[in-house]
Amino acid sequence: MTTHLRVAAAGPSSTIQDRGRVGYQRYGVSVAGAADPLLHAAANALVGNRPGEGAVEFTLAGDSVTVEGGPVRIAAAADADLTVDGDPVPGWTSLRLTDGQTLRIGHLRSGMRGYWAVEGGFALQPVLGSVATHIRSRMGGLDGGALKAGDRLPLALDQAADRGEHCLDPSLLPARGGRLRVMLGPQQEYFTPAGIEAFLEEDYTVSHEADRMGCRLDGPAIEHARGFNITSDGIPLGAVQVPGTGRPIVLLADRQTTGGYPKIACVVGPDVAALAQMRPGERLRFAAVDAAEAGRIQARHRELVDGLPALLQSAGGFALYDSGRLLGFNLIGGAVTGWD
Amino acid sequence: MSVTTPVPAPVLRAAGDSALIVELGDGIAPDLNAAVHRLDRRIADARLPGIVETVPTYRSILVQFDPAVTAAEPLGQALLGLATEMTQAAAEPQLRWIVPVCFGGAHGEDLDEVARRCGLGTEEVVRLHCTADYRVYMLGFSPGFAYLGGLPEMLHQPRRENPRMVTPAGSVMQGGAQAAISPIAMPSGWHLLGRTPARTFDLKREPPFLLAPGDRIRFTAISAAEYDRLDGISGYLPDCETVTPSIALMQGAAA
Repeated sequence: MTTHLRVAAAGPSSTIQDRGRVGYQRYGVSVAGAADPLLHAAANALVGNRPGEGAVEFTLAGDSVTVEGGPVRIAAAADADLTVDGDPVPGWTSLRLTDGQTLRIGHLRSGMRGYWAVEGGFALQPVLGSVATHIRSRMGGLDGGALKAGDRLPLALDQAADRGEHCLDPSLLPARGGRLRVMLGPQQEYFTPAGIEAFLEEDYTVSHEADRMGCRLDGPAIEHARGFNITSDGIPLGAVQVPGTGRPIVLLADRQTTGGYPKIACVVGPDVAALAQMRPGERLRFAAVDAAEAGRIQARHRELVDGLPALLQSAGGFALYDSGRLLGFNLIGGAVTGWD
Repeated sequence: MSVTTPVPAPVLRAAGDSALIVELGDGIAPDLNAAVHRLDRRIADARLPGIVETVPTYRSILVQFDPAVTAAEPLGQALLGLATEMTQAAAEPQLRWIVPVCFGGAHGEDLDEVARRCGLGTEEVVRLHCTADYRVYMLGFSPGFAYLGGLPEMLHQPRRENPRMVTPAGSVMQGGAQAAISPIAMPSGWHLLGRTPARTFDLKREPPFLLAPGDRIRFTAISAAEYDRLDGISGYLPDCETVTPSIALMQGAAA
């Protein structure tokens, strides 16, 4: 019998995500994928998966899942309380669960989204090369929808590998602030100098109109110079489009492929994930960087994701890697500043 | 072919840390869009390192790249080079799909209304749709949704004031200066003219997308009985022919 996880209770919006559906935007297919690739990769690293393996992204509160078969190795990357059959267990730690045991992941204490992964990933048929769920087009994941009570998630591994458990100290991950770095363009000429100044100098607040597709911000209106309609063109991740209201919308993983509002700027990749973790009411400010600086930010972020396995420790308290090796990865002890 | 307008010099636009936009112009015009699709083909053929995917639209191409492999600066120069060299490009054959449509009645609830608004008979509206040479300007909005340019000017009508929450898959529609074939049941404010048994998006088919950006379309009117017959054929695909762009179109795109 294939090992499954049965969803005993689902969070308000939990979906299976990977790195997204690449190569089909030209056909109108949204990319989707993890809203926060760093925590998604951290959950996968804890159970020994490659960074892009399908894992569950939950929103504000986690899921309860019961093992059918197993044993199963599972881990959550989330600032939340966890229990197994009612007994508290540590977060940021891989766990080996046996047939009939139930892991419950509670409410997030901070952030919008958490992740849990199982060793080996889910045995799901990729759709257009990806298991990422895109609810609007009912694509990917489990029948294109969010997890719901009663769902049975088939696992790729019938039995967890026989090895020790790992944990990750989340304080080793860079702190994320309310400063989002952007590259101006592609349509900054659609805005007045005063509009661009407001965008870069004023505070904005995450509104309640925020989901995986986009995040609408409250704050000073951004003044258009020449209307708010462009001939529709492609929308990159993190694009800040400004419709007629002047209130900016930052487009996230589930964004539509093309659109007709002018885009004043694009948020750099790692900061898009930071925004996806902000709650309604949180304040932020944009800061312009040039292409070279954006490239350095991306490079540091890649190094961080690739180096996640080296940050793991044995859950028994023994370091898997000595501190000299860790420093070699340029990841701890002040080598990483801010959200770089 | 109507009057062709020269395509202006390509413009490179920043689009974040992992994308660039190559813009060939503005607006919705057949020669401009043809140039976009020829450049998109050239980019694919050039196999530039680091390109993840491209999204050709009416008048521009979004080029997404992997910043671990390439940087924006050299990639942008290479893209501009490809766009500038296009003046020597040869005509590329295109696919033209002959798409059967059952117009009017339950298959196209707005046909009579469109005819009335245009001051034409319904037969004339159908005839105009079936003689138009449509081009897939781009796909967007939802998987497989094809924006078609080439709607005869006398048929241009604003969208419905009250959008429908659901329109059936395979609807052939028009809105403003454009026509479309809808891939799946979806909300829409466009006018429903008819329905085709051809499915432009089917995940059970390989490849799942019938139409590609740059393809051409000709509609052909069929009866309700023929619609039902074709609709009953599992995996039905419409006829397709290869066409070579007219000289006028080429010169317009290359000027």
